[in-house]
Amino acid sequence: MNSDRQLLNGDEAVALGALHAGVRLGTGYPGTPSTEILETLDQLGGKAQWSPNEKVALEVGIGVAFAGARALVTMKHVGLNVAADPLFTAAYTDVEGGLVVVSADDPGMASSQNEQDNRRLARAAAVPMLEPADSQEAYDFTRLAFELSERWKIPILLRLTTRVCHAKTVVHPRAPEEGLPEPNFLRDIPARVMIPAFAKPAHRRLRAKLAEIAAWNEAEGPVRHETGGTELGILSTGVSAVHAREAAPGASHLSIGMTYPLPMERLRSFAQSVDRLVVIEEGDPVLVEDLRAAGIPVEGKPEAFRFGELDVARVRRILERDNTPEPVPPRGKPPELCPGCAHRGVFEALRDLDCIVSGDIGCYTLGVLPPFSAMDTCVCMGASIGVGLGLRHVLPEEQARRVVSVIGDSTFVHSGITGIAEMVYNPPPTGHLVLILDNGTTAMTGLQEHPGTGRALDHSPTHKMDFAALARAMGVQNVHVVQTNDKKLSMKDLISDLLARPELSLVVAQQPCVLAAPKIRVYDRAAAAELRAEACAAVADD
Amino acid sequence: MTKVRNVVIAGLGGQGVLKASDILAGAAFLAGFDVKKSELHGMSQRGGSVSSDVRFGDRVLSPMVPTGEADLLLVLEETQVDINRYVLRPGGCLIGPDVLASQPLKKRKSLNVALLGAASTVLDIPEEHWLASMRTHLAEKLHAMNEQAFALGRAAARRGAPASLS
Ligand SMILES: Cc1ncc(C[n+]2csc(CCOP(=O)(O)OP(=O)(O)O)c2C)c(N)n1
Ligand code: SF4
Repeated sequence: MNSDRQLLNGDEAVALGALHAGVRLGTGYPGTPSTEILETLDQLGGKAQWSPNEKVALEVGIGVAFAGARALVTMKHVGLNVAADPLFTAAYTDVEGGLVVVSADDPGMASSQNEQDNRRLARAAAVPMLEPADSQEAYDFTRLAFELSERWKIPILLRLTTRVCHAKTVVHPRAPEEGLPEPNFLRDIPARVMIPAFAKPAHRRLRAKLAEIAAWNEAEGPVRHETGGTELGILSTGVSAVHAREAAPGASHLSIGMTYPLPMERLRSFAQSVDRLVVIEEGDPVLVEDLRAAGIPVEGKPEAFRFGELDVARVRRILERDNTPEPVPPRGKPPELCPGCAHRGVFEALRDLDCIVSGDIGCYTLGVLPPFSAMDTCVCMGASIGVGLGLRHVLPEEQARRVVSVIGDSTFVHSGITGIAEMVYNPPPTGHLVLILDNGTTAMTGLQEHPGTGRALDHSPTHKMDFAALARAMGVQNVHVVQTNDKKLSMKDLISDLLARPELSLVVAQQPCVLAAPKIRVYDRAAAAELRAEACAAVADD
Repeated sequence: MTKVRNVVIAGLGGQGVLKASDILAGAAFLAGFDVKKSELHGMSQRGGSVSSDVRFGDRVLSPMVPTGEADLLLVLEETQVDINRYVLRPGGCLIGPDVLASQPLKKRKSLNVALLGAASTVLDIPEEHWLASMRTHLAEKLHAMNEQAFALGRAAARRGAPASLS
């Protein structure tokens, strides 16, 4: 990937940009549409690893940056909620190496449980945010983000959206950065130990950094300005910028790359140069609110356009103030569990037993659809256990006994373990049952490894977490490991037996995802061959 | 050429819709065009509807084909034809799996490539770029099979009603 013209999607462009910026380590947790960033970084020869969840991924990244090296941390938008705790205080610290945090938002919820707009989180955390419109900007802004991060010793958020991540556009890469300093620990206690005595001045420093960055954004921040007619001016960000240019070729366009802190005077003078200024932004009216608060009169979009992605047709509607109902595209065929998927048998049993199923997020969430209709709640990753316990605590006994928490293996590692701690600490009177659907992969996001698979991001062998031993050590009374496809096993009998006891139970139901199984066999063979080769080499050396 | 060509490829998860759009985008890229391609994916392996937009020309802005502006709709699965028809512009060209009716494929796996062969007869991209793009996007051991499928689709489309784009 080093020729001078490449066709890349936004995720690949970020990976290439990070590599060319000399990134030392990429960390993250899979999540559509961000997943391919770290996978590409690995394929390009960079160092990339999956963390158990986004909070840990960011913490590792902060450590890398404190060591004076460049770190890239990737996640989907809801991942930033999980990583919010380290993010909000990392903003107070001085990072030595560049720290770039990618938030891949999903307006329209192509593959997400909500469409939160993380431009809000940039403002809440006081962390500068860059928003590319296409792969070229994704590449350029990644490199810029590292520079800004080091110049102001502050983390930088790079906000992508689905149509940037998963759109391929042409990229012209530049020469890779050279001569970056080697990592080295420099003690700087007041800048990195956020006890109140140091955090108070640190907060003031943060606000001063933001003021300087805003001034930089005014003077030389990345903007694209196309002067057209003065009748209509359009202010846009991210992928909306290209929709807007296509929808209104004759208008004046200003697109801003750094959307927090804003180059307010630039925006003010653009506003003054046109008769009508419309803000075209996906999601929440974030820019509209900021501009109005600064006393710049702008026109936003009607409430209907807060929902879903924008496209050329929708931008035309906003500009034409057309509020007739939008055409609804024909419904496609919904996804379903693959034939032979291990999750099927479990959901058949849960359905037949009329369980109250506290569900979680993954392929298995499709258990909510017919013919199973066997999921009653799904909120966020890991919630199955806590929500199931809450139901158990207050429901009448006959109902409480039917409550089961169902969680995937990757999700269990991500945020299920603390749920088990809660369960053994505050057990409901009727007990509880947790089912871990262990299909040996993170299937939902495209078959990524996790700490329970025993393989690292590049599929090479590493330590494998033992869920059953963990549950026993934490104090769960009945722990069973079963093979879902075992002919002698009745999943129904096992579940109803455990539900009948006022005890704490956990079942690890194992069977590889049918799409992952052939790949897993290849990885296992490669690992075995490597072991053999090592053993033989050791004998030869003897 | 100044006009942007808009192509939508549709089908079901697992049929190779995204692979087909990668090959098309790659071919247009090799032919020197500005190219943008986008789709929604993430859950596509589980058999749901999938579609992908490819746009190429001198300068492409939005990565999404505006509804009702597709020049060409390529559909890999009969049941997906009707629900995707709305993307076509008036007079736009539809190529469905029935284009291969007279010349059934030996391997269903290469349906996506065979239909690209049919599409290649209406898109202004030289054959060499199609073949080169196929070589970069498909496993080496499948090259011969896919080249045959591509040629078969191309021949089938030529024999059928001569499709053309204005
Ligand atoms: C905080 C957060 N991070 C990431 C995601 C994306 N995501 C949804 S489910 C999932 C994991 C699914 O893996 P697993 O639990 O093993 O279930 P499977 O899909 O394999 O059945 C991921 C990464 C998310 N929804 N929320
Ligand atoms: S991808 Fe794997 S886990 Fe997901 S539905 Fe298919 S077989 Fe099941």
